[in-house]
Amino acid sequence: MQTNPVIKLAEIHKVYHTGEVDVHAVRGVSLDILPGEFVAIMGSSGSGKSTLMNMIGCLDRPTRGTYLLDGIDVSTLNRDALADVRNEKIGFVFQGFNLLSRTSALENVEMPMLYNRSHISAHEQNERAQGALELVGLGERADHHPNQLSGGQQQRVAIARALVNRPSLILADEPTGNLDSQTSIEIMGVFQKLNDQGITIIMVTHELDIARYTKRTVVLRDGKIVTDEAVRERLVAETELRHLREAQQAINLST
Amino acid sequence: MRILATLRMAARALRRNKMRTLLTMLGMIFGVGAVIASVSITSGAKSQVENQIASLGQNVVLVWSGNFTKGGVRSGWGSAGTLTLDDADAIKREISGVTIVSPEVRGSAQVAAGDQDWFTSIIGESADYFDLRLWPFAEGASFSDQDVRTAAKVAVIGKTVATQLYGNEDPLGKVIRIKNVPFIVGGVLIPKGLSLQGQDQDDVIIIPYTSAMKRVLGGTTLRTINIQAASQEMLAPVEQQITDLLRQQHRITPGKDDDFTIRTQDEIANAATSTARIMSVLLGVVASVALVIGGIGIMNIMLVSVTERTREIGIRMAVGARGGDILIQFLIEAVTLSIIGGLIGIGGGILASKLIAYFTSWPTLTPVIWIGIASLSSGIAGVISGFYPAWKASKLDPIDALRYE
Repeated sequence: MQTNPVIKLAEIHKVYHTGEVDVHAVRGVSLDILPGEFVAIMGSSGSGKSTLMNMIGCLDRPTRGTYLLDGIDVSTLNRDALADVRNEKIGFVFQGFNLLSRTSALENVEMPMLYNRSHISAHEQNERAQGALELVGLGERADHHPNQLSGGQQQRVAIARALVNRPSLILADEPTGNLDSQTSIEIMGVFQKLNDQGITIIMVTHELDIARYTKRTVVLRDGKIVTDEAVRERLVAETELRHLREAQQAINLST
Repeated sequence: MRILATLRMAARALRRNKMRTLLTMLGMIFGVGAVIASVSITSGAKSQVENQIASLGQNVVLVWSGNFTKGGVRSGWGSAGTLTLDDADAIKREISGVTIVSPEVRGSAQVAAGDQDWFTSIIGESADYFDLRLWPFAEGASFSDQDVRTAAKVAVIGKTVATQLYGNEDPLGKVIRIKNVPFIVGGVLIPKGLSLQGQDQDDVIIIPYTSAMKRVLGGTTLRTINIQAASQEMLAPVEQQITDLLRQQHRITPGKDDDFTIRTQDEIANAATSTARIMSVLLGVVASVALVIGGIGIMNIMLVSVTERTREIGIRMAVGARGGDILIQFLIEAVTLSIIGGLIGIGGGILASKLIAYFTSWPTLTPVIWIGIASLSSGIAGVISGFYPAWKASKLDPIDALRYE
């Protein structure tokens, strides 16, 4: 059976006009991502991966080429329409967590629902936010403010926020960039769990070992895809965490 | 986006920076407070003036002897000796639309009752003078037309005179000696308070003009003729007719100035309230300046706030806030700020005007409409000053905003 791709990029180009020289950041990327995939986009800085992510995330429009998200051509939509697409179809997870400070975890998670065009009652917002927090293992800390949470916990809140509008895909931009290795694996565990439930995830990372938790790796260089292959010897976060704990116990780092 | 959720968001943003919120509001608080306080003071003064104008009577036309608007010797109001009883009779006889004509003579005299004496104004009037001035009696009544014809020795006294001569006693029916001529007190007037010129209108004895001319003050000319027109619409035509009549009576050839002065109540009121009107205009200017300054304060802080919260704006846009949502958010914040400031200012202004009234005994009055105007203007100031920062926020590029450190 043929499934329709969540993302269908065809000959995407992005040219920035900055000053005298045009910067050709993305030069003809074509990419299909099917529902339930877990893709890592890799590349060194300047490879065009951030630009590509911005376009996939509907934060930016391609200069040329078409982009079908969930079957809708979003490459020609205006600002407001793009905002609605971001709200309904995409969940964002950022490197710097980007939570609102002095705002409880629950309210942070509720935030995207404020902008949902279909009215969601306050009661339902609350329930859905609480549900999303429980899904990422933070049900107990709904009333904590970001400064009362560790980095890993903050990123879980951000993931809950990304999930709460039930998007077609989650876009994560260096989600483990600010985290230590153990917490990074924990976060990858959360992503793997969500992916097992059928959620499509696209992640930008430059860490090879983090990319090994995904299912497919796309490598960009000079605005073009140079490698696109399935991950061999895929790591499972749960197993890795168990190994890590055993190793730590061996040197009495933790009990 | 739901308005309630936006309001909650604004409240949270304002609570987050309490000191700044308070300082920003201060501009609005002092601006609106100053407006309310000064409106209260001028309205109080204005209503006092209006009461005084009303105390003149109803639809009154006044004719003074002598012309005190044109050059020549000025020897005080009504002392030129150009008005006579004939003039008053002619007006009564020939002018239609006149309901009361009261010839007036005036002087000062030593008066005595029992062992008390007092120096006061003596005014001669006709019997219906009190109807013209809408001046009710505390007790007793006016003298009659018969008393006027016979130059009877009957007096109506003001409250101040009653107090000075009789204390707590009832003056009615008692003897009052005016320049040693014994009069009987026939009535005591309700106090009227101060006149426009600041005189005590109750320090007065009013007797028939005939009695005044023959028995007390002497003289044959009138100081003033008090006239009541049948209606307010009649004031102007009556004024014109009287002018024509008196010029004819006094044989004033065309081109020569009047030898009398005529004013309607409307003209007196306009003159008296012109100061209040100038005050109102000044007040309007002060109010606008105050609101503009308050608004600039809010705009300033909102601009800072937009810059500070660039990343927040980026996050909100990334999760699907439209430019319009961001615009509304910041606009509501600015308006909340200015309206709360405005409301506190209204409260403070009312309190200040009450304190001023208490300590200076100036009458103050806060018109309800100004409370409405003040709240509305603070709201409008909020919208105007919040719009540019909010618009700026709404136009941010989500990618740049997210990257902003």
